Amino acid sequence: MIFFQGVTKSFGNYTVLDNLNLHIPKGLITFIVGKSGEGKSVTIKHIMGLLKPNKGRIIVDGEDITDFDHEALRNYRRKFGMLFQHAALFDSLTVGENVIFPLKEHTKMTLPEMLRRVEEVLTQVGLSNIQHKYPSMLSTGEKKRVGLARALVAKPKILLYDEPTTGMDPLVSEMIDELIVMVNKQEKDMTSVVISHDLKAAMATAQHIVMLYKGKITLSGSSKDFAQSKDPVVRQFFSGKVEGPMEFL
Amino acid sequence: MESVIKKYVNPKTFIEYLGGSVVRTTESFGSFAIFLAESLKQVFKRPFRRQLFFQHLEFIGNQSLGIILLTGFFTGAVFGLQLGGIFRIFQAEGMMGGATGKALARELAPLMTGFLLSGRAGSAMTAEIATMKVNEQVDAMEAMAVDPISYLVVPRILAFTAMLPFLCSVFIFIGVLGAFFSGVFIFDVDQGIFVEKIVWLVQPRDIIAGLEKTFVFAIIIASISCRYGLEASGGAKGVGVATTMSVVVTLLSLLGTDFIITYFQIVW
Repeated sequence: MIFFQGVTKSFGNYTVLDNLNLHIPKGLITFIVGKSGEGKSVTIKHIMGLLKPNKGRIIVDGEDITDFDHEALRNYRRKFGMLFQHAALFDSLTVGENVIFPLKEHTKMTLPEMLRRVEEVLTQVGLSNIQHKYPSMLSTGEKKRVGLARALVAKPKILLYDEPTTGMDPLVSEMIDELIVMVNKQEKDMTSVVISHDLKAAMATAQHIVMLYKGKITLSGSSKDFAQSKDPVVRQFFSGKVEGPMEFL
Repeated sequence: MESVIKKYVNPKTFIEYLGGSVVRTTESFGSFAIFLAESLKQVFKRPFRRQLFFQHLEFIGNQSLGIILLTGFFTGAVFGLQLGGIFRIFQAEGMMGGATGKALARELAPLMTGFLLSGRAGSAMTAEIATMKVNEQVDAMEAMAVDPISYLVVPRILAFTAMLPFLCSVFIFIGVLGAFFSGVFIFDVDQGIFVEKIVWLVQPRDIIAGLEKTFVFAIIIASISCRYGLEASGGAKGVGVATTMSVVVTLLSLLGTDFIITYFQIVW
């Protein structure tokens, strides 16, 4: 589904992705984990076409997007939904207006059809009858769920989650993890890519895990592969201890 | 202190500093020119966002009307007082209406309206867009395949371009009323003479010259305000810095542009 072929990305003298070869399989929940500054967000930005690699190719859904121009990238991004770390809802719009936004922009649906679809996705994430509320009136967990509803509304092929549980209390974190699994089950053939520090969530939720360290993949596999890995870097990340082979910036 | 002196007295460091400044300034001019060109190109591209356009018209026009009326009246009244004081020396107080009208139409109204809208609407736009930027809302827009220039910038440029000439006309009218107040009630100018001198001195070309400026000012205010908003970074402080910079740069740009346009209007 998503392939990185020898992707290198540097900012000044600092190389974030170093000849990275990555494969994200179709229809599964893939977690990209790693400590801060290891290039998780940079990876997701490359998938979205928000950054271009210095070297290497990126192939998504059979299309080489590396050299896409502005217009082609805009069309390409229509196949994505994205849940941002802080939901990134538009403050000036109500929940309903936020969720209907992608439909108004990109579809030729009639207003009643759009409203039906909005109600459908809001129910899917467990929030109905809050369409008239503004984001400032919602709790953090509700904002996340509205963000997820907005990401889902246009039926994306690929759903990206940027640190979905960072800064959340354990109950909300678990609820979000359950939503990720539920949504992936309900939406056939949809690929979910989650970037996270939360190894516990990854082990419980992911069907495929990729760990990045120093711009390369340390391990790529199932949660079982991770649990059984003898790699000292993986073991240290698992244990959460400062002592070990991992370098901290 | 010594190290600072050493740093700047050293010719190599000084040249590096100077060169760096020139490169940075040129870069920022270049990137602004590209942004402006892209924004103006998008004006003619679909989708046309009528609802947003009308929302901004209301914000820029309707909500600014009160301040324009107040400022216009007092500017006209004070300018009338100053000119009346001078004309009284020559016993030509009757000329104050015409002189104030001409000054308002050609210079004061376009510039003051530009300043007021930059401070009221332009700064609010920068703050709003900057807040959206630092809260990832602009990134979310990009992620949803919506061009922030088309959604955030174009409706604002159009609304400013539609509203500034209108508000400038209101400013001229109300400013002349202010001058009328000063002339008739303070300098005892005959009402008929006051109006006659305005008709004699203020030609349609004066009003057109003023309105020409407002079209350019509108594009400058909207584009600089939006540009600083979209470039904001670094949380609440970044929003504050972007808003301050946008107002300062807009005001300076209006003054510089005013000089250039006036030069072409008068010399050419």
